[in-house]
Amino acid sequence: MLEVANLEVVYNDVVLVLRGISIEVPEGEIVALLGANGAGKTTTIRAITGLLDVHEGDITKGRISWKGEAIEKMDPADIVRAGITQVLEGRRIFAEMTVDENLKTGAFTSKSKVSEAAAYDRVMTMFPILADRRSSISGYLSGGEQQMLAMARALMADPELLILDEPSLGLAPKLVQQVKEIIVEINKQGTGVLLIEQNANMALSIAGHGYIMETGKVVMDGASDKLLQDEDVQEFYLGLHVSGERKSFKDIKHYKRRKRWLS
Amino acid sequence: MLSVPLVAQVGGTPLETLITKTIDGLALGAIYALLALGFVIIFKATQVLTFAHGAVSAMGAYLVSYFAITLNIPGRWIPDLPVTLQFTLSAVIAIVVAAGIGMALERVFIRPMIGEPLFSIVMITIGLDIVIRTIVGDYIGQGNTVVTGAPWGFLSQWKIGGVIIQHAQVATIIVAIVTVAVLMWFFKSRIGIAMRATAFDQEAAMAQGISAGRIFSLAWAIGAALAVLGGIFAAVPPRALGVSAGTAFFALRAFPAIVIGGLDSIKGAVVGGFIVGMAEVMAGHYLSSVTALGIGFNTVVPYLVMMAVLLVRPHGLYGTVEIRRV
Repeated sequence: MLEVANLEVVYNDVVLVLRGISIEVPEGEIVALLGANGAGKTTTIRAITGLLDVHEGDITKGRISWKGEAIEKMDPADIVRAGITQVLEGRRIFAEMTVDENLKTGAFTSKSKVSEAAAYDRVMTMFPILADRRSSISGYLSGGEQQMLAMARALMADPELLILDEPSLGLAPKLVQQVKEIIVEINKQGTGVLLIEQNANMALSIAGHGYIMETGKVVMDGASDKLLQDEDVQEFYLGLHVSGERKSFKDIKHYKRRKRWLS
Repeated sequence: MLSVPLVAQVGGTPLETLITKTIDGLALGAIYALLALGFVIIFKATQVLTFAHGAVSAMGAYLVSYFAITLNIPGRWIPDLPVTLQFTLSAVIAIVVAAGIGMALERVFIRPMIGEPLFSIVMITIGLDIVIRTIVGDYIGQGNTVVTGAPWGFLSQWKIGGVIIQHAQVATIIVAIVTVAVLMWFFKSRIGIAMRATAFDQEAAMAQGISAGRIFSLAWAIGAALAVLGGIFAAVPPRALGVSAGTAFFALRAFPAIVIGGLDSIKGAVVGGFIVGMAEVMAGHYLSSVTALGIGFNTVVPYLVMMAVLLVRPHGLYGTVEIRRV
C-alpha cells in the first residue's frame, strides 16, 4: 500500500505547489487523482517516484511510504526496483529507438533474463499492436500506439503499482476507451494503479476511490460511485447540469462567481 | 604538432601515389574518428562538449610511455616480450587508468554541475583542459618529446609496386574498425540502450529506473578511453616521435570532424573523421605545390570542409533533426 501523508512540495525554494496532501493507494486497487491544470497532480507523482530533483523541487514536509517503508528520500532507480513505475505525462517514449529497444529500457531493473522474457511476453499479449511493430522506430508510431508503448514500457519492470499520468491525453474517444480497458486488464492481473486524469468520467468509471485536487490540496475524496453522483463533481468535471442535462455556456451568467470547493 | 610524416615518400606513378595517399588519409582519419567518437559519446550522454579531451588524450599517451618505457610494464616480469606486445599491453593499462580518471573527473567536477547552465559546465571542461595539460606538460618537460616507443617500427612498410603501406597505418585502421564495431555492439546492449535512452530524455530514462549519474560516469569513462586510444596513435611514429606539449592539440583537430558528422551522431563522428583525415592528407599532397596557399594549408582544409557542410546541412551530415510524426 502506498501512503502519502501531509506532503508539502516547494519548487525552486519558493513556489509552494503541494500544501499538505494525503492520499492512499491500497494494494491492487485503482485509485484516481483528479483535478484541473496546475492543481499539483503531476507534482504529487514526481514526489512519489523521486523525480522532483530534475525539476528543482523539494519535499519540505510530510512523508511517503510504500509497504510501510519511507521512500521520500530514495532515488528514482531504487523506487522502480521497489515496485513503483510510472508512465510520464505526454508518453515520453524514446522516439529514436525501436519499439523493442524502448521495452528493453523498461526492463532495465529486471533481475534476470528469464523475468525480462516473461514480462516481454506478457506485454506482447496485452498490446498486440506493438507485436506487429517490434522493430519500427517508435517516433513514427501513432499517438495511440505511443501511449500503448509507454504503458508497455512501464509494465516491463513488473511493477506492483503503476502510476499513469494522463494516459488519455490527446487521444480520440475510441482510443481512450481502449486505454481504459487496458488499465482494467492490468489491474486484473494484480497491479495497483494510480490514475491521474483530467478525464474524470473515464477515471471514475474504473477507479474504486477518487481524490480531487485543487491548488495543491485534496478538496474532496470518496468512493468513485459516490463522487460520480456528487453535484459539484458533475458540474465541474463531468460537464453535466444539476438535473443531469447538458448545460450550455449561454446560460451561465458571466458575473456569477465561480464556486470554489469548501469555500 | 609534428604532423610531418617521418617517411620520405618514394615517387610512383600518379595512381600509385593516390593509393598511398588514400591509405595515409584513412589512417589519419581513423585517429580523428577515434577522437571524435569520444567527443560525441560524452556529448550525447551529457550534452556537454568537453574541451578537456585533448588534455586527456595527451595524458593517456604519456601514461603509455610511462608504463611501457619508464616502468617497463609488463616486460619486467616477462623476459623477451616482443615490442609490439609490450606496447599494446601498456596501452591497455593506460586506457583503463584513463577511463578511471575520466570517471573521477565526471564525479568530482561535472556531476555537481548537473542542472546548471551548460555554458558553465563547458567552461569547467576548459579549466580541466588547462590543468591537465599543465600537469602533463610538467611531466613531459618544456619542449621535450617523451618517446612512446615505436611498436610498429619507424619505417617498416610494405611496398607493392610504387604503393607504400606503413605497418602503423594498417594498425591504426584496424584498431579504429574494431573500436567502431565494439561500440556498435555496445549501443545495442542493455547498458548501451540505457545510455541512448538517457541521452534522449533524461527524466524518462530515470523513470525507467536507469541511474543517470552512472550513465554519465560511464560516458566519461568511454570518452576518456577513446581519447587515449586516439592520443596513442597520434603520438607514435610515423605520426610523431612521441608525446610532446603539442599532442594535446591534436584532439582539437578532430573538432571539424564532429561538426561535419553532426555533434550527436556516432556514425557522423566516424564518417566525419575519415572525411577530415582524407581532406587533410590530400590537400597536403596535391596543394603543397601551390605556393600562394602558403605552408600548412592542409590543416586549414578540414575547417573549409566543415563550413561547406554546415552551409548545406546545418545539423551536420548525420546530426539529429528531431524525429517526429507528421
